[in-house]
Amino acid sequence: MAEKVVEIKNLYKSFGDLHVLKGVDLDLFREENLVILGRSGTGKSVLIKIMVGLLKQDRGQMQVLGKEVSKLPTRELNELRLKIGFSFQNSALYDSMTVRENMEFPLVRNIKNLTRKEINHRIEDLLDAVGLPQTINQMPSELSGGQKKRIGVARTLVLNPEIMLYDEPTAGLDPITCVDINNLINEVRERYKTTSIVITHDLTCAKMTGDRMAVLLDGQFSSIGTFEEVFPHAEDQRVKSFYDYNFIES
Amino acid sequence: MAEESDDRKPVLSKKIDKFFTGLADAWNFVRRFWKEVFLPPYEFKEVIHQCYRIGVESLPLISLTGFIVGIVFTNQSRPSLSEFGATSWLPSLISIAVVRAMGPLVTALIAAGKVGSSIGAEIGSMKVTEQIDAMEVSATNPFKFLVVSRVLATTFMIPILVLYTDFVALIGSFLNVNSNELVSLSTFFFQVFESISFLDIWSSVLKSLLFGFTIGIVGCYKGYNSSKGTEGVGRAANSAVVISMFLIFIEELLVLQIVNAIRTF
Repeated sequence: MAEKVVEIKNLYKSFGDLHVLKGVDLDLFREENLVILGRSGTGKSVLIKIMVGLLKQDRGQMQVLGKEVSKLPTRELNELRLKIGFSFQNSALYDSMTVRENMEFPLVRNIKNLTRKEINHRIEDLLDAVGLPQTINQMPSELSGGQKKRIGVARTLVLNPEIMLYDEPTAGLDPITCVDINNLINEVRERYKTTSIVITHDLTCAKMTGDRMAVLLDGQFSSIGTFEEVFPHAEDQRVKSFYDYNFIES
Repeated sequence: MAEESDDRKPVLSKKIDKFFTGLADAWNFVRRFWKEVFLPPYEFKEVIHQCYRIGVESLPLISLTGFIVGIVFTNQSRPSLSEFGATSWLPSLISIAVVRAMGPLVTALIAAGKVGSSIGAEIGSMKVTEQIDAMEVSATNPFKFLVVSRVLATTFMIPILVLYTDFVALIGSFLNVNSNELVSLSTFFFQVFESISFLDIWSSVLKSLLFGFTIGIVGCYKGYNSSKGTEGVGRAANSAVVISMFLIFIEELLVLQIVNAIRTF
């Protein structure tokens, strides 16, 4: 049996009177791509933000690589964060820095004693991997939405993470660029042997990238399984309607 | 009537709650700054980068404003002094006014508008586009990188800009005095330095440190706590300027009282 990389048990999170997560349970295994689906505002992003310590759960357990995230002191939390790559919905590239500086930023701060040659080699290698070597001296404002997503992914890969978290990787992109991004997610897994969580409500993205699907509804996972197990013949009306809206022809 | 007061009560109490919660948040923000400023790692490179941005990029505006203030203030003061046949006191009057009050105030107000708003907008937009979160998940302390570096930069650079404004304003004043009263440069500056004391310069520098800290911390606080998308960014930039200016005037008043007390003592 594959090693558990993330283990979530009975996780609760509220914002004031809004109860977002109501007892979530989930396991993520090494080198699998898990897709978390759900409507907007169901707490998908909240879940992965708890995973990297950007938010804290109200109760329950969130164990990442064997460590309870909420109980880690800052130094250990930062060490754990280096093993997790977080690709943000809007790419979150630093506006005031070029692509090169964006990629250097996490590298030079966290890995000491790297020579200029090693830094350049690493950055160029990753830009090649995402197919955008020509953008190295460009500013984020000069890039298209798809390019920003790719650079965002490259920036998270610069520290060789074990886990990749993709928050809505195809949101706001045209269908062809969406397919490119989906292929990139699969390539990253194959090339860098990462374990991934993909947050989306795009079923094409889910089908292309996910080994398993988990549908988050009303603060809990209603169905977990492969795409075929969860969707085409879903009994839960809420899951079925989710599928019908994405694939109307079926 | 009773219904009206019931309706109004929660709104008022909400506003009072919001005011005091805001004050507590701001206090915690300042406390966090003082805690983080002494803890490693130190962001020297970023502090120098911000000093350059704040200092060098403000120079053209500060130069122009200081120069004009010097000329205008000299021109406006001349008629009153000439009524008493005391135009020879112009250099003394201008130097006291510029060094004690106008130099620090004008510089701080311009910096609040230019630097404070840009800090508020920059950090605010980083916040709403998740760039601050991105920094945090890459194991970098965004508070140290963004806030500490900017507040230190404004605190160090405003006093330097104030001394520069004083100098430019005095040059502007000299040109005006020279063309009207035919006073030489050496005579003008002899009178200037005769009139101002060591306490004047020190109080001006210390006041400027306080103004610089205020501009930096208010801009960062407003940006760091902005929300509601682009509207929130605009609001953060705007309130950074308004609150900084308000606090600068309050601080000016307080420092004036303290310095006057020292002078009489």
